Amino acid sequence: MFYREAGQFKTSYLADQAIFPIRQDRIGLALILLVAFVVLPLTASGFFLSVVMVPLLIFSLAAIGLNILTGYTGLLSLGTGGFMGVGAFACYKLTSIFPDVNIVVWLLVSGLFASGVGILFGLPSLRIKGFYLAVATLSAQFFLDWAFVRLPWLVNYNVSGAIEVPTRTLFGIPVTGPNATPQVRYLVILCIVTLLTWFASNLVHGRIGRSWMAVRDMDLAAELMGIRLYRTKLLAFAVSSYFCGVAGALMVFLWYGSAEPGVFGIDQSFFILFMVIIGGLGSLIGSFFGAALIYGLPIILRGFVNGIGLEIAPATVEHLTFMTVGGLIVFFLIIEPAGLARLWQIAKQKLRVWPFPY
Amino acid sequence: MRLRTSVLAGALVAATVGVSALPAAAQDSIYVPLFTYRTGPFSGSGIFIAEGMHDYLEMLNQRDGGIGGVKLVIEECETGYDTKKGLECYEAVKDKKPVMVNPWSTGITLPLIPRAAVDKIPVLSMAYGLSAAAIGDTFPWVFNPPATYWDGLSMILSYIGDKEGGLDKLKGKTIGYIYLDAGFGKEPIPLFEQFAKDYGFTLKLYPVAATEMQNQSSQWLNVRRDRPNYMVLYGWGALNPTAIKEAVKINYPMDKFVSIWWPSEDDAKSAGDGAKGFKELNWHAVGANFPAIQDIKKHVTDKNLTQTDKNHLGQVLYNRGVYNSMLIAEAIRNAQKITGKKVVTGEDVRRGLETLDVDKARLKEIGLEGFTDAVKLTCADHNGHFPAFMQEWDGTKWVKASEPIKPDMAKVGPLLSAAAKEYVEKNTGWPKRTEACDKAS
Repeated sequence: MFYREAGQFKTSYLADQAIFPIRQDRIGLALILLVAFVVLPLTASGFFLSVVMVPLLIFSLAAIGLNILTGYTGLLSLGTGGFMGVGAFACYKLTSIFPDVNIVVWLLVSGLFASGVGILFGLPSLRIKGFYLAVATLSAQFFLDWAFVRLPWLVNYNVSGAIEVPTRTLFGIPVTGPNATPQVRYLVILCIVTLLTWFASNLVHGRIGRSWMAVRDMDLAAELMGIRLYRTKLLAFAVSSYFCGVAGALMVFLWYGSAEPGVFGIDQSFFILFMVIIGGLGSLIGSFFGAALIYGLPIILRGFVNGIGLEIAPATVEHLTFMTVGGLIVFFLIIEPAGLARLWQIAKQKLRVWPFPY
Repeated sequence: MRLRTSVLAGALVAATVGVSALPAAAQDSIYVPLFTYRTGPFSGSGIFIAEGMHDYLEMLNQRDGGIGGVKLVIEECETGYDTKKGLECYEAVKDKKPVMVNPWSTGITLPLIPRAAVDKIPVLSMAYGLSAAAIGDTFPWVFNPPATYWDGLSMILSYIGDKEGGLDKLKGKTIGYIYLDAGFGKEPIPLFEQFAKDYGFTLKLYPVAATEMQNQSSQWLNVRRDRPNYMVLYGWGALNPTAIKEAVKINYPMDKFVSIWWPSEDDAKSAGDGAKGFKELNWHAVGANFPAIQDIKKHVTDKNLTQTDKNHLGQVLYNRGVYNSMLIAEAIRNAQKITGKKVVTGEDVRRGLETLDVDKARLKEIGLEGFTDAVKLTCADHNGHFPAFMQEWDGTKWVKASEPIKPDMAKVGPLLSAAAKEYVEKNTGWPKRTEACDKAS
């Protein structure tokens, strides 16, 4: 009834090819952005911003990165945690060597280092695919993990082997370090994530995205049609690792504030991979859904159990959360194996003809 | 159907957000959050600690009605030894005016160190975390009594030296170091290397990655090849039992295998009879024959006010939790004494910790006579560098195996100051200490 495109006429090809061809979608997006940029920073508590929103956005960004590689190009990767680590360590080195350059610049530049490493470890993808490629990227994960622990230069010879984030400011307001308020950190992350999501959306809807999808659907056919495989695949690795690298740098600088190398272990890679699978392979909005389900749901469940005033020991709550989230993942995958993004699409489709489906 | 679900989900989110913003602690109570891990790969150690910490404070609530007549609100937050969840816990408790936090993980302690001064919440990282935090002039909000990992290493080496008949006898010997390859295990290496140079022994490193804690066969294969005269262990969680088991398997002489203060009874027990003679440092007694612990039994465990397994009372890590809570309680009491207030804040407790002085008489008063040595902290020294003793596993329990050993402050002191200085240099804009120093009361 409300969500219906009747009466919206497209008079140009450009309008017809828009990413959001329906007006209601555009209004919805504008509303979401308004809430995210204005309402939340003004009204939400510091706890909500720094515990729920900040991690959610960072994980979404990493999931978008992996989605570009796994969802759009069909290259299974288990190196996400390592690439995130490269971004974080690069950012740390850059800001300690050039402390006067603005931290936001370094956050964005550090992704390029991850990109380079990603290309290097993407080389095997030219010859192997599927599970075999997953094993090859697993080696990237293990190698990078090893390097973070073993190369003291990366942490400026800190005895505890951890990154400690110094205070950096933007327009005189602290962005990193203990004095940065949750609101500032949230807004910086939100700007970066919005910018990069917009960038990713343009990429995947354009020529490059189409060539990625052609490679995913059948690389032999894509090659015959004139798509150069090695370029396309390496570009996917580069872009994907860039996103993961920026996410890693954001995670350490604007969320943790300090990180041991263990943060970028294989667990992190699986965590992001699950987000992508649950959210929906080959969907940007799915990356956000996946992050919300895998990261956000346990927090909400914990808060809910505590909120209704039940006297349950925290360890029991933890176990319950594990079981509930696990059950929900199975449930969602059974009702829609293609992920939450597909569910969302179906819901929109149904809504379009609601309340008269015939 | 979809619409309803999403509305429901939205309401759920809204409800949670609303709820979490509510302050939990009432006005006339002291809020003490405990970061614990009864789940996850480190729960084998974490459960004992959680139980000990919780039960002692609960006992004070039951027996004395809190501290100085003010009830303690004890709230556990499950971290699973995961930095992510630890930070989540910190954010969750931050607004409820906690008087201090005990992160119980080096990974969680590090990000909290710079925040402590900003949020006015002292961090008590008891014998873990950043060793340099012992320098109170640099880290006024962080406390790590009673000894640092560097102190521990120097005590282990002087113990080894004693056994060999003098530290100079170490010349030409080989000492192996098996450790968790993370901040905690890596921290002592610079000091170890310096000792190796000074005393002329060879140091062999056997790092164990956190993901490989239960698979140490390659490290122990190397140990068998290198045949170090002594082995030093810095482990936590599943690393400890695995290391002891592997050592037994390769027939490593157990009396030459010395650990820092973390292995528990279960860790040693799981290796069977072969573990007899295994040694670790400790600074407090084991066993439940102390009035305070009997009070825990009477007021807490016998009344089923806790999840604690009754057999855990008196085990080494349980008692360590009790020790930790004793520090918390004494700091709060001290803060009440200094400020004259009943309901103290984080700032007051910071002062209370800084002037903490638990002497023998006080220990007797709180029912822990002979449990541990006196603890006294100052503004400059947030650690104390107290002596610890060696205890030996006799197959069923830990028995004291040495007199208290003093840390070698001539070696550790300069390293600590250098580390603190370096920390400040790296963190440009590290605040200068502005907190006034109280006279010990």
